[in-house]
Amino acid sequence: MTKKLLTAFAMMLASSTAAFADASDGKVKIGILNDQSGVYADFGGKSSYEAALMAVEDFGGKVLGVPVEVITADHQNKADIASNIARQWYDTEQVDSIMELTSSSVGLAVQALSKEKKKITINTGAATTELTGKQCSPYGFHWAYDTHALAVGTGGALVKQGGDSWFFLTADYAFGYSLEENTGNYVKENGGTVVGSVRHPLATTDFSSFLLQAQSSGAKVIGLANAGLDTSNAIKQAAEFGIVQGGQRLAALLFTLAEVHGLGLEAAQGLTLTEGFYWNRNEETAKFGKRFMERTGKMPNMVHAGTYSAVLSYLKAIEKAGSDDGDAVAKELRALPVNDVFAENGKVAENGRMIHDMYLLEVKKPDESKEPWDYFKVLATIPGSEAFIDPAKSGCDLVKS
Amino acid sequence: MIFGIPLQAFLGQLLIGLINGSFYALLSLGLAIIFGLLRVINFAHGAQYMLGAFFAWLLLSYFGIGYWPALIVAPLAVGLVGAIIERTMLRRLYSLDPLYGLLFTFGLALTIEGTFRYLYGASGQPYATPATLAGGTNLGFMFLPIYRGWVIAFSLVVCIGTWLVIEKTKLGSYLRAATENPILVQSFGINVPFLLTLTYALGAALAALAGVLAAPIYQVSPLMGSNIIIVVFAVVVVGGMGSIMGAIVTGYLLGVAEGLTKVFYPEASNIVIFVIMAIVLLIRPAGLFGRDV
Repeated sequence: MTKKLLTAFAMMLASSTAAFADASDGKVKIGILNDQSGVYADFGGKSSYEAALMAVEDFGGKVLGVPVEVITADHQNKADIASNIARQWYDTEQVDSIMELTSSSVGLAVQALSKEKKKITINTGAATTELTGKQCSPYGFHWAYDTHALAVGTGGALVKQGGDSWFFLTADYAFGYSLEENTGNYVKENGGTVVGSVRHPLATTDFSSFLLQAQSSGAKVIGLANAGLDTSNAIKQAAEFGIVQGGQRLAALLFTLAEVHGLGLEAAQGLTLTEGFYWNRNEETAKFGKRFMERTGKMPNMVHAGTYSAVLSYLKAIEKAGSDDGDAVAKELRALPVNDVFAENGKVAENGRMIHDMYLLEVKKPDESKEPWDYFKVLATIPGSEAFIDPAKSGCDLVKS
Repeated sequence: MIFGIPLQAFLGQLLIGLINGSFYALLSLGLAIIFGLLRVINFAHGAQYMLGAFFAWLLLSYFGIGYWPALIVAPLAVGLVGAIIERTMLRRLYSLDPLYGLLFTFGLALTIEGTFRYLYGASGQPYATPATLAGGTNLGFMFLPIYRGWVIAFSLVVCIGTWLVIEKTKLGSYLRAATENPILVQSFGINVPFLLTLTYALGAALAALAGVLAAPIYQVSPLMGSNIIIVVFAVVVVGGMGSIMGAIVTGYLLGVAEGLTKVFYPEASNIVIFVIMAIVLLIRPAGLFGRDV
């Protein structure tokens, strides 16, 4: 008897939450979940929340006649904390979608959870290609960049310049592995070799031991398959140990405007890097950059601009679908072209990957920089079809072959 | 060859370990002094280390004051901040359970770090190596940046100097006596509250000194303190809570242990110190140099 009662109760609960989601509860709520206090706090952080707010304002603050609300939280780079927050947002705060999701371990965890709940995630902060590969989701989208694009961009540029033997310093979690694997494969496909690698814990402060191993490996290129403060520290300390003077080159595989600003042009000059956005690329991007600067005190990198684009596209998809239901919105997101300050003629592939152009950039010398935040020269535009994995070969089972 | 790696690489890693050990030793020294004499578990130590580095950076970017003056000015300034904290707040907690001191300093650390993160972001600020110590020399088995050599030498001098002051001078004997029996010492006409303020300020200044030393090596970042503080606590525990010599020796030893782990099994490099701590606590609960209570 009790068992029956319990079952009935559980069914009641289940049906009532489902009803809530369909009814859209009078508003559309977007959650920006990322690292706001750790090594990636400048990479995305609170500024991504501002970018989301800008997108909502530019859209008019309302969609389908109901207000759009943006909330935010700090996941501290821990997948378990992130999952708890996501669950709480979905279950008790009627959040309709979660975005940004810096850190690959977090991105994968929250995307999997959201797949269960049939909620949209648009990832702009995490890098792993797994998000749109084997672990892809009908409700999961990957917007700004990924490890494949970084490998093709920065890795490709260095291989072309003769860097055919590589040693990797890799952050010891999903993102680092993915970046090392993608770049390593790219190097090998182009006739190069990978002579070794070492895995370091996230948020390592002292890289000297690892750098010494890289130095003695004799590799022509030291690939930094890490991000944020870790990469900055590694570059700074590499200079100390005379690595670049010794003839080895550094490949900062994931390095954005935010980290260049932290490191300073003196130490960062000459680095080659790949981003999906640069504020000083044309008039429109510069205008967006200055607006962003007024609100946050800094210029946007690809994560910030990507988050703006993701929120804007999400709202457009809701409007087109006439509903904020996960299935309907996911369908529209795949159908609508992306044309905004971040992407020109971007389109979303079946596996959830937003395919757009990436930019190969070089950090300017201090005397070449004409104004604050004028840090990059655009070396080349990498067409989306080259930068990102062919969806048919991504390993995602959503793609019909 | 040692354990399958060339001797030269091994020596290089040993030296790197010593350099990191220098920071551990300097930081755990300050912690041990504060705990040994004040019985306060100073969780704000990491924040004070970060403040030292930030003061050096602020002095350079706003007043054009370089590394050498900063090496003196920044610790003095942070020492002063420490004295004010002790006078106005920490002092009130001496009569309570040590847990309150721990909670207070922990809260303080979060507040200071949060403020700096708000003001300067998490990516950190660059601080250049002073020109006189730039470059490096080839030791045959490794390329040693001159600045790192300086860090080892300077921290050794400071550690031994501080130990001598506390163990061998009159001021040191007052300090030790004042913590043993404050009422008796006070009755001899010695200003005990002032001595305690001085102790806390000294501990904070030592942390700041380590911060200035670290500035040219690491990014000057609000997070730099919280990254290192837990390790330093482990060092103090392994050395024996409150044992000053224990803190110094253990600092260098654990730096080397961590350095070698980075060669043999890098993935474990951030936990090896805690594994050692667990083993030491099982075998010698009072720590390597601690006296059983």
